[in-house]
Amino acid sequence: MSMINYASREINCKIVYYGPGLGGKTTNLEHVYAKTKPDTRGKLISLATETERTLFFDFLPVDLGTIRGFKTRFHLYTVPGQVYYNASRKLILKGVDGLVFVADSQVERMEANQESMQNLYDNMSEYGYDITKLPFVLQYNKRDLPNAASVQQLQEALNPGWEVHETARQRLTPDPDHPNENLVEQVSTGEWVERVPYFEGVAVTGDGVFDTLKAVSKLVLKTLA
Amino acid sequence: MAASSSWAFTPEDSAAIADVLERLLAASNTRCALLVDRSGQLVATAGEPMDFDPTAFATLTAADFSANDQLARLVGEREFGTLVHQGEKESMVLADVARRVILVALFDQRTTLGLVRLKLKDSVVDLTRLFDVIFSRSADVGVGRPSILSGAHDEIDELFS
Repeated sequence: MSMINYASREINCKIVYYGPGLGGKTTNLEHVYAKTKPDTRGKLISLATETERTLFFDFLPVDLGTIRGFKTRFHLYTVPGQVYYNASRKLILKGVDGLVFVADSQVERMEANQESMQNLYDNMSEYGYDITKLPFVLQYNKRDLPNAASVQQLQEALNPGWEVHETARQRLTPDPDHPNENLVEQVSTGEWVERVPYFEGVAVTGDGVFDTLKAVSKLVLKTLA
Repeated sequence: MAASSSWAFTPEDSAAIADVLERLLAASNTRCALLVDRSGQLVATAGEPMDFDPTAFATLTAADFSANDQLARLVGEREFGTLVHQGEKESMVLADVARRVILVALFDQRTTLGLVRLKLKDSVVDLTRLFDVIFSRSADVGVGRPSILSGAHDEIDELFS
């Protein structure tokens, strides 16, 4: 839930990085932390175990610029990916304004990706949040690994699209980041479907990290416009 | 509902909140007071300058409160409305306000836990009244005052170009 403070002229929004364990969520935040100027970001807080696995969450506040005299401040959170931390994972989703799902591209992690995506849908629905109405982007991480699945396989498994019922939204919408691909389109069976924007990434080198962050932040601000 | 509903507070709200916090500080001899929303965003602060990062503090406060909420349910309570963390020199009391905001009072040996808790109750009542108005107004924002970013699509595109 975004918060607008007219006194300090700030807009605060919450973005949550979700996904399976060891998929690169924390690495995304570490890269953002390393590459942003100290005066535009706060401390990176990590509640992690002794083996550096996220126990509760990582947190990083970043300022992404000013619009209409209001500073846009984004609070980035990661959730613990490991399956048995669901209670704490769900808590982090409270008040979320935008979601990034960081998928692990390795073929062996396909099932873990799908399980985590299902868990995201379940947790959002338990809060009564409609995931189809929320700014949401996917990042296919670890694209540099030899055992990475193809983007097409990942799209089919994780981003098959949800049906668009409102006629006003049933119009061909090209994906601005991928030529010849569409975010909203009519499939061969006649239904209109909408897919979320996706980005390829290698979080350890920073590839795709800012593209992902910019995309979700932009979508969040557009919900306020 | 879409998760992305927003809430806003005006300079007048900020002044009214600051007034409640200042009265709490004076009545309880508390070092400083913070208001944090349940999603971890800092709403207001008052009192002595803090020698820690208030943004990080706010996030951890909300996480602390949320985790304790779940613990309460596990043991059969609806909630733990007040939390106390007591240290050797510094201590804090956290209290729920209208199920949406958390009031935190940080204090040292200049006062007592009993006095802080007593005075905090009055502040919670005052703040609950204030936030009921703020949140009901924010819920109507779609039909009332337009969002501050209405029509700012081009500016947003430019910001991220």
